Amino acid sequence: MDKCYLGVDIGSISTKGVIIDSNYNILSSNYIWTEGSPIEAVKRLIPTLKVPDGYKLSGIGTTGSARKLIGLMLGANIVKNEIIAHAIGTLNYYPDCKTILEIGGQDSKIIIINNGIITDYAMNTLCAAGTGSFLSSQSKRIGVDINDFGDMALNSKNPVKIAARCTVFAESDLIHKAQLGYKKEDIVAGLCKSIVLNYLNNVGKGKKIREPIVFQGGVSKNKGVVKYFNEVLNTKVIVDDNSHLMGAIGVAILSAKDNSNLDFNLDINDIKFETKGFECHGCSNSCEIVKIFKDDKFIDAFGNRCDKTIRIKQ
Amino acid sequence: MDRVIAFPLMGNYHVPAKYLLSKISDCKVMDAPKITSKTIELGSKNSPDFVCMPFKYTLGTYIECLDMGANTLIQMGGGCRYGYYSELQEKILKDLGYDFEYYNLVSKGYADIFKIYNTLKKINPKLKKIKSIYHFIITKNMVKYIDKIEDYIRGNKGFEEVDGCFDKEFNDMLNSYLNNKGLISLYLRYKKYKKRIKNIKLKKIDKRIKIGVIGELYTLMEPFANYNIEDALYKFNVEVKRFTNVTYLLFEKGKKSKKYLKKLNNVKYKMGADALDNIYYTKYLIDNKYDGIIHIKSSFCTPEIGSMGIINKMCEENDMPVLFMSMDSNTSKVGMETRLEAFYDMIEMRKNNG
Repeated sequence: MDKCYLGVDIGSISTKGVIIDSNYNILSSNYIWTEGSPIEAVKRLIPTLKVPDGYKLSGIGTTGSARKLIGLMLGANIVKNEIIAHAIGTLNYYPDCKTILEIGGQDSKIIIINNGIITDYAMNTLCAAGTGSFLSSQSKRIGVDINDFGDMALNSKNPVKIAARCTVFAESDLIHKAQLGYKKEDIVAGLCKSIVLNYLNNVGKGKKIREPIVFQGGVSKNKGVVKYFNEVLNTKVIVDDNSHLMGAIGVAILSAKDNSNLDFNLDINDIKFETKGFECHGCSNSCEIVKIFKDDKFIDAFGNRCDKTIRIKQ
Repeated sequence: MDRVIAFPLMGNYHVPAKYLLSKISDCKVMDAPKITSKTIELGSKNSPDFVCMPFKYTLGTYIECLDMGANTLIQMGGGCRYGYYSELQEKILKDLGYDFEYYNLVSKGYADIFKIYNTLKKINPKLKKIKSIYHFIITKNMVKYIDKIEDYIRGNKGFEEVDGCFDKEFNDMLNSYLNNKGLISLYLRYKKYKKRIKNIKLKKIDKRIKIGVIGELYTLMEPFANYNIEDALYKFNVEVKRFTNVTYLLFEKGKKSKKYLKKLNNVKYKMGADALDNIYYTKYLIDNKYDGIIHIKSSFCTPEIGSMGIINKMCEENDMPVLFMSMDSNTSKVGMETRLEAFYDMIEMRKNNG
């Protein structure tokens, strides 16, 4: 029986899942919205990913901002941060890639690769400026569906200038320009360009961006942003068809390399997962602790600074 | 009215500070409550928003101490914005309606022993010169011993066979320092614990990963301010090197700055606070083949912002991984953990691939 591996990337906006075989070919994949509840999203995601006949699930990896929680829920053998997962996934398709630009829902990162080894990386500071969530909130403001954003931006001949440093300034700029009567597509194009400039100013600051450049993350599906990356960097960035899945693919590969002997099981729909948040009053730290229950049985907790609560609550 | 002295916390230095103040002032010295999120909440609420983080931390501690009955506050000053803390904090606390006396022991960043003596004389008019010099020397040695032991622990704690051995011995040592009887008694205690700590069994690892942590002094030395970054690194089995400690800041910095300026060809003058020192450390870490550098500072720390550009360039030229982190009064650890984990994974990948 052939082996196959599941990788799940749970981001703030979207949840990605992929099943690969031992040669790292994609057997099935899916991309759904997280809608603020990672557990529910994974419960919806898993049934859509079919393990094909003749394959045995031999590894599960999780990454993304909810990686710990979902790792516990699925019994993953690998729980890895997004940076490594993205790099591993990308290197599988583009072994000679030197720079990875990634813009996701709540964070963006740049990864510099030298001879197949990550040599440097940077992430945005803890602020959502220049990320997907900024684009989606602005798309709501101007009443354009986020899926039409890219095509609309391509139609613009004269993108408006929008401050790129901070979303608060960008937003007030945007409102002023709209009131001045600029066309919608020019504003949309200006927004796409501001994302690019913001990214290069903040995340890419001081980093040498060398070709080949791979652009990925949810925002890479936006043609407008891709166009302005090409324009500003004066080159052509590579956008893979699976660019939104790279993190999930990477962590699936990592779980394959781990060679775990554990039993993996995807029948999670019958199992009740519950998280309970509470504030511990053991000391004045007042840690916000999240406890996780599997079928009403306590399995783990995080958010704690000491093990006091864990002892009490078990 | 009985005088109750309180002072802000930083790392483990409350032990020598408490020793010195209680010996010299002949009055009650309060154990400030440990820094918790409540401290930061109090501090941030009453501070200007854009002030650097140590201000918020120390102000929070003062408020907690005043509420617990302290009436004499001690602050130190430094070579950057830290030098203006005392005036502003005194005013904020007076505006909040507290009644207290406020003393600044160190100004301009150097420990001027005569000035400290004069200030302490105001607190305790009966203070004798000989007695105070004696206790100064003991305190200085105590700080030195703590720093020496901490330095050893930082290099080896990531490899202890049984978790918690180092912490236990170190805390025992701090407690024993507090009730020492004099210079010789202190020295014997130091010797005893040094031997014990060096006897702690370590795991043998061939290629140790070595990381240097540099940056702004308070954020480096107060574990709560940096989300306990050193402990997080020990979990990865990492050897940590930190240069900044109180011995260095108070007794060595003045002399060494000139030496650093001579050795560095990319810096022409001191850049305020520890910026120059951190640039020199970067050079040291690169020359000594460390695997990575983590630079931490509190947000808006101007001297360190100045040094970051130079450090970044040096690291880039020498292919040295460097991670910059800015801390503020937020308390969520997740963002830091992701970055630290990725940094460690990256270093490990580099190391395993040649």
